[in-house]
Amino acid sequence: MAGLLKRRKRHTAEIPTASMADVAFLLLIFFLAVTTIDVDQGILMQLPPKLEDEAQPPPVEERNLLKVYLNGQGQLLVEDAPFSVGDLREEVKKHVLNRGQLPNYSESPNQAVVSIKTERGTRYDAYIAVLDEVWMAYREMWDAEARARGYAHYDAFRATYGSENEIHAAIRPNISIAEPDAIDADDSGGS
Amino acid sequence: MQCHRSRAGRPARDPWTYRVMAIHYKRKAKTKQEIPTASLPDIIFLLLIFFMVSTVMREQDVQVRTILPEAEALTKIDQKRLVSHVYIGPRRLADDAVGESMVQIDDALITDITSIRAIMTRLITTQPNLIVSMRVDEGSGMGVVSDVQQELREAGALRISYSSRREGSGL
Repeated sequence: MAGLLKRRKRHTAEIPTASMADVAFLLLIFFLAVTTIDVDQGILMQLPPKLEDEAQPPPVEERNLLKVYLNGQGQLLVEDAPFSVGDLREEVKKHVLNRGQLPNYSESPNQAVVSIKTERGTRYDAYIAVLDEVWMAYREMWDAEARARGYAHYDAFRATYGSENEIHAAIRPNISIAEPDAIDADDSGGS
Repeated sequence: MQCHRSRAGRPARDPWTYRVMAIHYKRKAKTKQEIPTASLPDIIFLLLIFFMVSTVMREQDVQVRTILPEAEALTKIDQKRLVSHVYIGPRRLADDAVGESMVQIDDALITDITSIRAIMTRLITTQPNLIVSMRVDEGSGMGVVSDVQQELREAGALRISYSSRREGSGL
């Protein structure tokens, strides 16, 4: 009787927890290693929906359209005249914010369309450089509008009013990507 | 002066003496100078669970070279689970050589460009808010990019992102 009691006292069933931290550390290091921290960032675009039964896209008046053409040699044409990429941002702003003043520029910001056309042989980085300038023009216009409303920049304004706000509704980015011309200089590109 | 000589053979002291001791000999307090490590596994587990939840496994083996162009007007895509990648660039060969331009979607190289339509239609039915991240090599031609975009339009995958590096980041 006495012996039985003694035994029960001695055997306390315990799991050794000293190595628990080590095991958890190992798992932690594994997940640290496989985690990808780089956030995908890029220029967001909305493609036009598929055209039903040969329907034509809605017509745009000539003066509201800013034609940007980038050829296979990386040369830029704006309204059929040679242009430098560095001046494109100001030109887009001038076009969008014309509000009917100059005859060759847009009637109102929302009617203004920037059309980017390339050739099949145009290098992708040249195209991105042009597209980036056009987007930056819109961002700078939004920033200016936000500052006029007493915000530091457009991001602060958007944080308050959401992405569908009045600035975005007033200056809506209409960027159209035309299908490239079939001049097939070097389709395979950079190799 | 008698009190700090011996701790072992402690004589019975009146409470007043004890109080005086506490003021003078705080440094010799009986608490052990050890950090309690009992909660360490819990902290580590917490970190572990955080990383487990936030991890998206690298499941793709990119077989084409994509040196992304630089841009300024960037938008971050926070919801990684909405994103499907399309890689366009010259195919990687042995010894850093590159071959002809190829298209890769998720982890399969595309041989027939019209098959993109079926793949994207399948993806868009499972994830209607799909964003197609175009990771295109800067030297690619616009012809192949446009062909892929036409296929995306046919499939109804209209939200795209031209994945780019931040200008001047030097990466």
